[in-house]
Amino acid sequence: MIYKKKSPLFIFLLPGLLLMIVFLYIPFIENIMNSFYDMTSVVKIPGKEWNFIGFDNYTKLLSDPKLKIAIANSLKMMVLAVIFQVGIAFILAVMVSMIKKGQQIFRTVYFFPIVISATAIGLLFKLFYNYNGGMLNQLMLALDKEPINWLAPELAFIMVSIPTIWSYVGFYFVIILTGISAIPEELYESASIDGCSRLKQVWYITIPMVRGVMCTCITLAVTGALKVFDLPWVIVPKGAPQGLTHFLGTYMYEQTFLISNIDYGSTLALIIVILGVVVSKVVSRIVKPDDNL
Amino acid sequence: MSMRSKQKKKFSFINLILYIILGLWGITTVFPFVWVINNSFKPSREVINSSFSLPIEFTFENYANAFDNLNILVAYKNSFIISGSVTIAVMIIASMMAFAMTRYKFRGKEFINSLIIASLMFPVFSTIIPVFRMMSQANLLNKPLSVILPQVAGNLSFATVVLMGFLRGLPLEMEEAAYMEGAGVRQVFTRIIIPLSKPALSTVAIFCFLWSYNDLFTQLIMIRRRIKYPVCALLNEISSKYGTDYGLMASSITIIIIPVLIVYIFLQKNIIKGLTAGALKG
Repeated sequence: MIYKKKSPLFIFLLPGLLLMIVFLYIPFIENIMNSFYDMTSVVKIPGKEWNFIGFDNYTKLLSDPKLKIAIANSLKMMVLAVIFQVGIAFILAVMVSMIKKGQQIFRTVYFFPIVISATAIGLLFKLFYNYNGGMLNQLMLALDKEPINWLAPELAFIMVSIPTIWSYVGFYFVIILTGISAIPEELYESASIDGCSRLKQVWYITIPMVRGVMCTCITLAVTGALKVFDLPWVIVPKGAPQGLTHFLGTYMYEQTFLISNIDYGSTLALIIVILGVVVSKVVSRIVKPDDNL
Repeated sequence: MSMRSKQKKKFSFINLILYIILGLWGITTVFPFVWVINNSFKPSREVINSSFSLPIEFTFENYANAFDNLNILVAYKNSFIISGSVTIAVMIIASMMAFAMTRYKFRGKEFINSLIIASLMFPVFSTIIPVFRMMSQANLLNKPLSVILPQVAGNLSFATVVLMGFLRGLPLEMEEAAYMEGAGVRQVFTRIIIPLSKPALSTVAIFCFLWSYNDLFTQLIMIRRRIKYPVCALLNEISSKYGTDYGLMASSITIIIIPVLIVYIFLQKNIIKGLTAGALKG
């Protein structure tokens, strides 16, 4: 607030605002408008007008069986993310906070998969799942069992969600652990003097104290589940088998850039946004984050 | 006395269990990468039959294949051009915005603040089709700029939020003194603000780089010529074309992971700290 002359302000703000408006806000609005037209191509070609089709794309949504699968998978992924990503992360964080030596090593090791690209992790798990000589089937062989088709219709979704969930546990682990280490040590000391067991300390001290952080994590996990793309696309491209492993992101990509159903793709993109807003509203209703967050 | 030692014993038993469970999870995060690096030195038929043992027939053939046939070095170059430019641009533009937002009072500040916060919420899916249209009309497809510009815009709000948080906590005295002695705003910004924000800037830089380097979605859409592929797009192609050559797959994955691994080992403290700051404020 110390600078009286306002003229440099314009120069400081202009490049950033310009980029955000040109590459986020305008495209966002254009995308909404696109969903009401029958787009023959991404770029308007003179002579080939786009027809206004109103809500046709939206009624098409209702009768699209593949979309149902994609939405169901995305919702399932949200639930799995909350239970397993945040759940495992919480358990690990509590356990790490209890030990004295080696906290730093666990932090480093747990966090590691997050910096690796999902594409590389996807390829790696593809090597695990391969029917012929994949890592898992080698294990089955060693145990004298029949090899399994890990990406068969009934297994594929689970097999894709495992690396998706696993790779991000460390992210929430670090956030929750930071929250736990902010709890004053005296609380635990006085509790243990009063004869409170460790398990009870977790229940009566740790959980209430990190509630805000947990809410943040749950919101991040739920919205993150909507953005899943790279891993399923690499492990089971195009929702293989039979579109059963489509998520909203992969389905939108397939419709738009492989099938050239551009206007329908725009509609799907909008559905992702709407679902994201609705779900995060619902989540904040349920978990009620503290006001100070 | 006896009670105390009993308690101590119980504690160390609990500790042992804690370490075992924590260690098991640690193995799940490390083992896959060790496995793939180990197998990258084996011929494919050995990977298929005995992927758990150390290489019997130690070979660099997979690496030779990857470098000769797949142009991995070119993909590296493409990736570094893209992600390097994204990182530098985001650092400069975001710190300028954060400076303006924390050091000036002006009409419409609230509005701009909410613009910045709201743009954190845009999933890339909801803007990519019109951005693709722009890029193809501007003849920028297959050029690094077509990935750089949307990625800069996408990372800008996160970076600005982190830097705003940092600048708010910075004491004003130094700037005031410099300003009173006649330094211009530009000098204050480049000589005082930028050097003081180094910790926050390094966080922002690491994250922008990683996000951009790892972002397959934008790469797939904007870059369609193989010679222009950044690392992730190339990796995706390798998996669909050479999926049965396990040795080559393992070596390609290793090649992609190694630079990130090195960066991670050196910078992990900044990365982890930065993540929590960003996530909690964002």
